[in-house]
Amino acid sequence: MATAVEVRDLKAYFGKTEALHGINISIEATHATAVIGPSGCGKSTFIRCLNRMHETNPEARAQGEVKIGGADIYSMPAVDVRRKVGMVFQKPNPFPSMSIYDNVAAGLKLNGTRNRHTLDEAVERSLQQAAIWDEVKDVLKKKSGASLSGGQQQRLCIARALAVNPEVLLMDEPASALDPISTAKIEDLIFELKQKLTIVIVTHNMQQASRVAEFTGFFLMGHLVEFDRTEKIFTNPSDKRTEDYITGRFG
Amino acid sequence: MHSRYIKLRRQLTDYFFTGLAAGLSVVVVGTLIAIFAYLVIKGAGSLNWSFLTQTPKPVGEPGGGMANALLGSVMILGIASAVGVPIGIGAGVYLAEYGRNRLGKLVRFTADVLNGVPSIVVGLVAYGLVVIQQKHFSAFAGGVALAIMMIPTVTRTTEEMLLLVPQTVREAAFGLGIPQWRTTVSITLATARSGIITGVMLAFARVAGETAPLLFTAFGNQFWSFSANQPIAALPLQIFTYAISPFDEWHRQAWAGALMLVMLIVGTTTLVRFVFMRRMPGGAQ
Repeated sequence: MATAVEVRDLKAYFGKTEALHGINISIEATHATAVIGPSGCGKSTFIRCLNRMHETNPEARAQGEVKIGGADIYSMPAVDVRRKVGMVFQKPNPFPSMSIYDNVAAGLKLNGTRNRHTLDEAVERSLQQAAIWDEVKDVLKKKSGASLSGGQQQRLCIARALAVNPEVLLMDEPASALDPISTAKIEDLIFELKQKLTIVIVTHNMQQASRVAEFTGFFLMGHLVEFDRTEKIFTNPSDKRTEDYITGRFG
Repeated sequence: MHSRYIKLRRQLTDYFFTGLAAGLSVVVVGTLIAIFAYLVIKGAGSLNWSFLTQTPKPVGEPGGGMANALLGSVMILGIASAVGVPIGIGAGVYLAEYGRNRLGKLVRFTADVLNGVPSIVVGLVAYGLVVIQQKHFSAFAGGVALAIMMIPTVTRTTEEMLLLVPQTVREAAFGLGIPQWRTTVSITLATARSGIITGVMLAFARVAGETAPLLFTAFGNQFWSFSANQPIAALPLQIFTYAISPFDEWHRQAWAGALMLVMLIVGTTTLVRFVFMRRMPGGAQ
């Protein structure tokens, strides 16, 4: 098995506060890795360091080494990193001024792809990968992304992230704002997507972690307490704190 | 019994405040309609083809019009918009996207103060900056004066509208590897477009009727002028000159001029909205 993301001694700061205290983790390629832990434990901060979104907060900075496909992402331009490492956010956030088509094409168009044929192809492929093509194919340019339902909007956002062909897809609680049916659709989607790319998913929902992810990391107060195969974490954790958390004793 | 009394009281309160709100909106709309109706009554009679195509005639000669003033207003407002809108939007973008620092605070404060500077003072400033340098009055000087008045309004509304765009929209763009300047131009500004256009139109409408800043910048004249470098007539100036004159014919023309000025503002606002708003995909709010 190949490593997609290699993290060495990653520390993240907000102002003077250290939010991550030296994280070491190797994330398997073409698998899903879940990141769990109580609120404020640093799991979102952690994945936002993997595509350098962390530093879009003017107070924030990160230190350490993150290698994606062998290349150190902190020694290349941030915009290049984010094209390799896509991101899906907690709340669906389609571009309100754009049609469905333009939403999906945005990552390519605004980075300079002009060829109509390339764009058309990428839009159809991405929408199909995100399992929303059949629902929107007749209104691609007529309807705004904001006019879709919450669950459709989130799948649209996934399509938008897929359109730029990322190697890694980061998902920050992608289903927490959705109803159970939409959530199930997103989980099915993760199953499909991890055949081709690497997924790192932050979730509050431990059932979700056990359903979609082969590996799970448990974060607590800025430390990676335990990282192992998902069934090991949920059935036989080696750390007492992991056990307390997954059995619902806190958090 | 008691609960029925409460229910009745709530219902009456509801009627009262709904009625009050409706009544007050009628006052707002009614004022606009009253102004427009009064202008039509007083001015429509003199608003004819020669009014729109001829220059003013000397006192006593019938006919004549404000065509040169209409052209002058269009030119001055064009110059003002060309200068003021880009500066205003640019400053607004800076304040909203980069302005969380001391320079931002300073610019914000300055814009608010500039907004409160009396228009006659702005006219004096343009006189000092442009007229004295050029050594003569000009349409350009008038445009600069009006631009200075447009800038703070455009700046502050642009900033407010951009700040209304949720941070998550910017994050979505950054997450796709879209550079910040591209995000601002193609996504944030596009999302805030309708609000910004409203702000620009407010600024435009406000300065379109300004007379004081034009008195010693554009200065006004009674002939055709097509040069931005020469003194030029403007509708508000012409209305002012005619309204304070002792001649009935000029009074009637002043009313027609006022009606035309209002139509110019309403027409431009409508046209701009039509051109910039129709390309929104369906279903957007």
